[in-house]
This record gives sequence, structure tokens and C-alpha cells, in this order.
Amino acid sequence: MASLKDLRNRIASVKATQKITKAMQMVAAAKLRRAQEAAEAARPYSERMGAVLANITQAIGGGGDAPALMTGTGRDDVHLLIVCTAERGLCGGFNSQIARLARDHIRRLLADGKQVKIICVGKKGFDILRRDYASLILERIDLREVKTLGFVNADAIARKVIHLFNEGGFDICTLFYSQFKSVISQIPTAQQIIPAAQASTAAATGNGATAVYEYEPEPGEILSDLIPRNIAVQIFRALLENAAGEMGAKMSAMDNATRNAGDMINRLSITYNRQRQAQITKELIEIISGAEAL
Amino acid sequence: MAEAFKFELVSPERLLVSEQVESVVIPGAEGEMTMMAQHAPVMTTIKPGVVTVKAAGGKEDRYVVFGGFADILPSGCTLLAESAVHVNDIDRADLARRIQDAREDAADAKDDVARSRAEQFLSQLTTLEGALLPA
Repeated sequence: MASLKDLRNRIASVKATQKITKAMQMVAAAKLRRAQEAAEAARPYSERMGAVLANITQAIGGGGDAPALMTGTGRDDVHLLIVCTAERGLCGGFNSQIARLARDHIRRLLADGKQVKIICVGKKGFDILRRDYASLILERIDLREVKTLGFVNADAIARKVIHLFNEGGFDICTLFYSQFKSVISQIPTAQQIIPAAQASTAAATGNGATAVYEYEPEPGEILSDLIPRNIAVQIFRALLENAAGEMGAKMSAMDNATRNAGDMINRLSITYNRQRQAQITKELIEIISGAEAL
Repeated sequence: MAEAFKFELVSPERLLVSEQVESVVIPGAEGEMTMMAQHAPVMTTIKPGVVTVKAAGGKEDRYVVFGGFADILPSGCTLLAESAVHVNDIDRADLARRIQDAREDAADAKDDVARSRAEQFLSQLTTLEGALLPA
């Protein structure tokens, strides 16, 4: 049985921890709001981009002048995985969920005899994947220094990826990130970005698809400019969703931790009080039995 | 007063402008063009330059954009800028840094195509800087 002093120390330390987790929760809540705003502000761009892309794809009609980034290399031997995770831990299962999805994917690809390359964005995913697939990791992109996520960050990643593609480094590129559904639910997602999925074509038939556009310069030229930018936009969106998701996960993880600490303090206080009372009783008995003996 | 149409200026970070305007001057890749209502559908890339927006109320605003696309329809115009700022908020150090980057790109270019592209981009940037300095 721990002594009263030990118990007191224990309670003090749990209280200190509770204060920390409480503060972290509040910081995460504030950051979450900002991250959510950023993600929402970025949405119009990617939506419009999707519409424009769909229009122009239709205009070209999948003809021969579509760039390779769109049509792919025609093979699927080498896969590039971009795994976006958070830079910091203490956010529940957020990072490990993304990493698990990526790991399952890698295992399946390797079993099929494909070649796999990995680019890690964020430290935590790198730490997890390094254990099993260190030899497959090409690069680790560090965004820890970045205060507010800008388009330039995503653009730099996209540029690297496109450069690699043009050198024939891979055939298919898949982006792993966590989709921000709500504060308590983030869904790990795998999205193929190269070759650009054809799904966007269907969306075009909405408004502008009937209009006959004039193109300046040629559609092919616009497209070859548009596709790399679209990849950057996709990555940017993934990073923003991730940032919001990380904060959401951190908030709920820290909320849990605060509550756990509270429970622990309650339990410890009861033990402490009980023990103190026991000691008082014991002392009283000693005095009384001493007096009776006289 | 001229007919108004819907103009939207979006950068990846946020939606900058979304309002009814009278006319917009955009720096198209093959020359500046002024857009008014009922313009024929055009899709064009834009080069670094200044976008002048004349709002329906007659107020004029200028934005600096660094490349992007314009999607023009009779009913409205959407400008997808790679990066856009209001002319009053332009950061000269940032512009100088971009020019420096472009200069390095031009110097590092491996083949002629890449070099000419980088140099073209550089000249567009310096023109832009020249246009902004007195402002």
C-alpha cells in the first residue's frame, strides 16, 4: 500500500497531466477551426478546376494529343504511393489508420509482383512505414517548419512527382490521406492521381458542357498546363483535409485523456481519503486503549 | 451602363472575388483581353499580370495574378489563379523572390525548350514588376 505522501504526489502529477491535455485540447480546437476554414476556402478552386478539366477533356475527346499524365504510360508495373500523415503524434489512431491503409495496399501490390515506391509527407507515416518498408521509401517530405499550409507546399510536392513521372520513375500514383468527415470521424482514403481518373468527365455534363469553347492556346497545350496544376490541387486538398483531420483527432484524443485523468484523480482521492481516515482511526484507538490500560 | 455579369477570382487558398461586374481585363497568354457580358465561350491560360475588375457600381479593383486559367462563358467568368493578391497587398519582397527563382530556373534549364519557357516566364515577371513599381 502506497503511503499518504506517495498518493499525494501521484494526485499532483495526474493533475498536472490533466492540465496539459486540457490545454492541448483547446489548442487543437482553435487550430481545427482555422484548418477547417482553410479547407473550405480551398474547395471552390478544386471544384472549378474539376469542371474546367472535365470540359476540356470532353473537347479533346481522349484524342492522341492528351498528355501522358492523363492517359498514363499504359503499364502498371511501378506504383508510387504518396502517404500524407501528420507531423506530430498524440492524435489517437489518426496516423496509424492512414499508415495501415497504405501498408495493406503495399502488401497487395507486392504480392502481385509490382514494384512499389513511397514518398512520405509527414514524419509519423514515415516512422511507421520505415519499420517494414524502409527500402521502398524514396523520400520524406518534412512540413514541420510550415506554419500555415500554402499552395506552394503542395506545388513543390507535385513538381517532384511530375518530374519523377517524366523520367519514367513510375506508372501509377496513388495519394493516401485522411478525408475529414467530422471532428470525430476521419476516413483514410486512397486516391489515384496519375493517370488522372476519368471520373471527372461525368460531372461536366452539368452546365457548361454544351458550350463550344474557343481555346487560346490550343486545347492540348492548355491541358498539358492544367493537368500538373490539377495534381498540385489534389495534393493541396489532401494536405488541408489531413490538417483538419489531425486537429479533429487530436481534439477528441485529448478530450478522452482529460476525462481519463479526471477519473484517475477521483479514484486516487478516494483511496487517499480512506487511508487518511484509517490512520486517524488507528491513532485514536491507540490513544483510547492506552488510556483504558491505566 | 453596360450589362453586368458574374465574375469569380479563385486562388487555391481562397475565393477572392465573387461579384457582379461590368468588365474585366485579364492578361491572357496570347495578349490582354477585356471581357464583358455575353462574351463568347473561351478558355485561356493567363500569364503573370494584373487583372482589372470594374465592378457593377463603377468601382475599379486591381489584382496581381501569377499564372492560371480563365474559363469564360456568356453568363460569367471564372479565373483560376495559381496565386492572386490585391494590388495593395502585394509583397515586393515576394515578387523579388519569384523573379530570383525564375532567374535561377532559366540558368539551370537543361534544354532549349525549358530555357525559353523559363526565360519567357522571367520576362513576364519583370514586366509585371515594372508595371507595379510606380503604383
